[in-house]
Amino acid sequence: MSQSHRISGGQIDRSKTLRFSFDGLPYLGHPGDTLASALLANGVRLMGRSFKYHRPRGPLSAGSEEPNALVQLRAGARKEPNTRATVAELFDGLQATSQNAWPSLKFDAMAINDRLNTFFTAGFYYKTFMWPKSFWEKIYEPIIRRAAGLGAMSRLEDPDDYDKGYLHCDLLIIGAGPAGLMAALTAGRAGARVIVADEDFCMGGRLNAETLEVAGMAGADWAAGVVAELASLGNVRLMARTTVVGAFDHGIYSAVERVSDHLPIPLPGKPRQTLWRIYSRRAILAGGATERPIAFENNDRPGVMLAGALRAYANRWGVAVGDRVAVFTNNDDGLRTARDLQAKGVDVVAVIDNREGGTLLPGIRHLRGAEVIDTEGRPGLKSITVRNANGKMETVACTALGVSGGWNPNVHITSHHRSRPEWHDDIAAFVPGTGGIANLSVAGAAAGVLSTHGALAAGQAQALAALDGLGIAGKGGDLPQAEDDPVSIKPQWYVQSGKGRAWIDQQNDVTVKDVKLAHQENFTAVEHLKRYTTLGMATDQGKTGNVLGLAIMADLTGQSIPATGTTIYRPPYTPVAMGALAGRSRGPEFKPFRLTPSHKWAESQGGMFVEVGNWLRLQWLPSPGETTWRDSVDREVLATRRSVGICDVTTLGKIDIQGTDAGAFLDRVYANTFSTLPVGRCRYGLMLREDGMVFDDGTTARMGEHEYVMTTTTANAVTVFRHLEYCRQCLWPDMDVQLISTTEAWAQYSVAGPNARKLLQKLVDQDITDAAFPYMAAGAITVGGLRARLFRISFSGELAYEIAVPARYGDALIRRLVEAGQEFDAVVYGTEALGVMRIEKGHVAGNELNGQSSALNMGLGKMVSKKKDSIGMVLSQREGMNDPDGYRLVGVKPVDPKGTLSAGSHFMEIGAPVELASDGGWLTSKVYSPHLGCDIALGYLKAGDQKMGQRMRAVNFLTKTDTEVDIVSPHFFDPEGVRLRG
Amino acid sequence: MADPLHQMTALGHTEPRVIDIGPYRITERFDVALASVATRRGRDADVATAAKASNVPLPMPAHAVVGVPFGAFWLAPDLWMVEAPYDSHGDIVAHLNPIFGDSASITEQTDAWVRFDLSGQTLVALFERLSNLDLAALPDGYASRTVIEHLGCYLIRHGAGDITLYGPRSSAGSLLHTLEVTTQSVI
Repeated sequence: MSQSHRISGGQIDRSKTLRFSFDGLPYLGHPGDTLASALLANGVRLMGRSFKYHRPRGPLSAGSEEPNALVQLRAGARKEPNTRATVAELFDGLQATSQNAWPSLKFDAMAINDRLNTFFTAGFYYKTFMWPKSFWEKIYEPIIRRAAGLGAMSRLEDPDDYDKGYLHCDLLIIGAGPAGLMAALTAGRAGARVIVADEDFCMGGRLNAETLEVAGMAGADWAAGVVAELASLGNVRLMARTTVVGAFDHGIYSAVERVSDHLPIPLPGKPRQTLWRIYSRRAILAGGATERPIAFENNDRPGVMLAGALRAYANRWGVAVGDRVAVFTNNDDGLRTARDLQAKGVDVVAVIDNREGGTLLPGIRHLRGAEVIDTEGRPGLKSITVRNANGKMETVACTALGVSGGWNPNVHITSHHRSRPEWHDDIAAFVPGTGGIANLSVAGAAAGVLSTHGALAAGQAQALAALDGLGIAGKGGDLPQAEDDPVSIKPQWYVQSGKGRAWIDQQNDVTVKDVKLAHQENFTAVEHLKRYTTLGMATDQGKTGNVLGLAIMADLTGQSIPATGTTIYRPPYTPVAMGALAGRSRGPEFKPFRLTPSHKWAESQGGMFVEVGNWLRLQWLPSPGETTWRDSVDREVLATRRSVGICDVTTLGKIDIQGTDAGAFLDRVYANTFSTLPVGRCRYGLMLREDGMVFDDGTTARMGEHEYVMTTTTANAVTVFRHLEYCRQCLWPDMDVQLISTTEAWAQYSVAGPNARKLLQKLVDQDITDAAFPYMAAGAITVGGLRARLFRISFSGELAYEIAVPARYGDALIRRLVEAGQEFDAVVYGTEALGVMRIEKGHVAGNELNGQSSALNMGLGKMVSKKKDSIGMVLSQREGMNDPDGYRLVGVKPVDPKGTLSAGSHFMEIGAPVELASDGGWLTSKVYSPHLGCDIALGYLKAGDQKMGQRMRAVNFLTKTDTEVDIVSPHFFDPEGVRLRG
Repeated sequence: MADPLHQMTALGHTEPRVIDIGPYRITERFDVALASVATRRGRDADVATAAKASNVPLPMPAHAVVGVPFGAFWLAPDLWMVEAPYDSHGDIVAHLNPIFGDSASITEQTDAWVRFDLSGQTLVALFERLSNLDLAALPDGYASRTVIEHLGCYLIRHGAGDITLYGPRSSAGSLLHTLEVTTQSVI
């Protein structure tokens, strides 16, 4: 708990102390710390074990590119695996644990893998698990899956909420380093709507990690001043802790804001994270650059890190990672680390510089023309082996080593539309390529401009260009004074020395040897290299390792780096929590519900509901004493057929169709004719798709000369409306037709059964006797003076009506119907009873309207009028669809009344082998008919109309049933339709 | 004649709800009648004339007009939603049919929708999390269809802190839940 490695300076608030734990041990830190900086301040370098070899690892970086220091944060349901300690903001009470180690981080038994490394080289899986073939699914795959991954999920429901949202701006600036802040200042002062998104919790980018001055003050202070000015501008939105993770079409970017990740738990009502969709007219990527290492033997020990990170820990967080520090560099930027650490009083024991010329660092042992070839120390760095310019080896004792192999511009987002980065020799790095994302420009280090002055100038210039494109006058002013050092680099990707392993991609444990093996086995293309070695395939997307890998491959093949090429990046830039992607759409809030007007009443009666799309429909309504759903459904069916039943059918789609061409329009969209339908009548209609298959069915009523009300199935309400709009707007724009959905406007109830009329007559103000309101009549009525509609249609085969009132009266109407029905022992029935009665009657529904069936299949072939043209009519005449031996709708009964049927069973001839060649069709819908006292079903049977009375088998592999059945008419009940006309 | 039926709000109550969350207020409106008015083909002039004569506003695309007794907002080309007080215009089609005659197709829409009026000093932060419309940049009187948590809604901006939302009536509970939890996240 001593913070033994804390040194002076930094942007932490030392007036406050935060308590946290790592692997159960308590530590102290300060606001402004990350978990990594606080652990390093406490002398903890070992933070994780590597993916494959379980090598001890500490942080390589100080940012989101981190491949090693992946830990689990928090506990219980909030446990969050695979979190980068380098970006996890410290808070009081933070619990962190290591992962991928057993029994402990210091002693990990799985480190045996490291001893067996010769077996685990690139291509190990491909070579090892090829034989025997039968082992793959049952043995190899489960083992590999168990071994894969680092952290473990809690498997508990995430207790936090995640929001989604939408933002709009003239200019989105990604990154708040010197380039981003200068761009924001330029555009903000010009009055543009600006969003600045930065993944860090403290804006300023590298200025926070450097001692370089801007405008005569510390860079971090200049950044803070600019941020303060931007915050005062009403047209600028500053979004810290916000990572832009993807670029999409038309200036849309996605960004994750970590609203509450820096708190133990979110404040009440607040989300953990928000996933923003940002609509921008222009965007500037000012995402900076990522330093890359140089590969040498055992370069992965805790204590070995990027030189820029080493000085970031010292300058920003006041942490000396080691008491004796060395630096290995191939460029001038690495020298900064040595200078800064020396200035802070840290013992810089040597600078190993692969370049032979240049200026000697004063007061530091500067070994030019030298290389680090190996390291020692377990679990953390104790010494390095240096090969000097004269070839002489020496061992240098040190506990931290900063390595700088140069800086890679963060081109990732520019690649999201498949633009390929271009190689620039002068900085030995890829920069954004041409043909990238429209209206996105790149400024500063992300564009390969690596000096502070260059970043400021580029930020201002790109902002002015964006403003010009937006038609907003901008003003370029004097740039603040800042360093403008040129890049001096002698590219080096790896150190050629002994036979040990030199690490390139530390998150996926990819070594120089692996690249060499890939080359040896001819996986030399970068895309092959990636997949063969897993280079760049981990969650860090190879931010520190990719360039090394392909540069080494270029060395091996003798090609240039540009000729070798690079893989490119996809969204997301950094990992995104599944919770953020889901937002509020999970669990019971996965989708909105639609409730019918009788829902409240049915719920109060103990009704059981079923999801039908978003609707919750009453499935059945139990009565006291009923113990199974069948008890309730049988009772509802029998009571309806005996007397009267009431069913909420509000969910059926209702479309109001008006206009002088409404009738002609219906003639074109329906297979049968509607223009001749008299006013005050309704008709069953069949709608086909262009290919002649049945699309939907329902009844349509003619309410006036130029006014129809169409009903659709519940499932197809939206698709039918969309189809009609397409027909109206695109196919026949000259027709005078207007459409609007009225599904929700009316509460509609079916009242069915021999006593339906008697019941309704108690409520309806008009005469509804058979003479006044015959079968298939429709019209406006009143209920207690209230405007209403009545349709005499039947889905159950009974004397039946559908009565509709404005939805606000739906609750009252169901209660009134139940009350008025008491003298008839009326029941309220749900979708199960509805299904039983429609199957007893032979009506097709969703299972038969499966998108692969024609009117002829359904026994409705005669409904397709050939006297007029309609959608689907021509193609329904195709030869293949008129096969006399094709599928026909049939009824099915088990020979033994106690026999059970199951939907999905296939028809087989008795005695025929159960195989595809014997397949005669299938059972589409099955119910138990309390009226007939046995299971009944509908099905499509080849030449079914010719097989009435025949005996077959219904075979089902899933339910393992094989039932002898009789093929009968699909009209099980009242085939003459006497009851519905009663 | 049977006794009159009682009314119930889309949220399943006899009275509309008013919910205060921090500085925000969500008010369910149950007192507005709605009807769609669609111009029949070639009858644009007749519709315009009839509307003008009876003070039925037919606003420009993406606009709404508040009026007495009739207000309206634009839905689609040649299609508007006309609003009127429910108490006096419950059967709103019966009021509009004589005005437009056979020049327009008129359909009752009153109970197809649930209406929530939202108020607060500014609603921008709230609607950033609800809708992809750029509320901060929209003028007063703006009206548009938008999707809120999977639900197709109409939004009318009366002012920076005064928004009307029409959402599907059957999903009134889900829509209100979204409004409530989202409001909680911005207070």
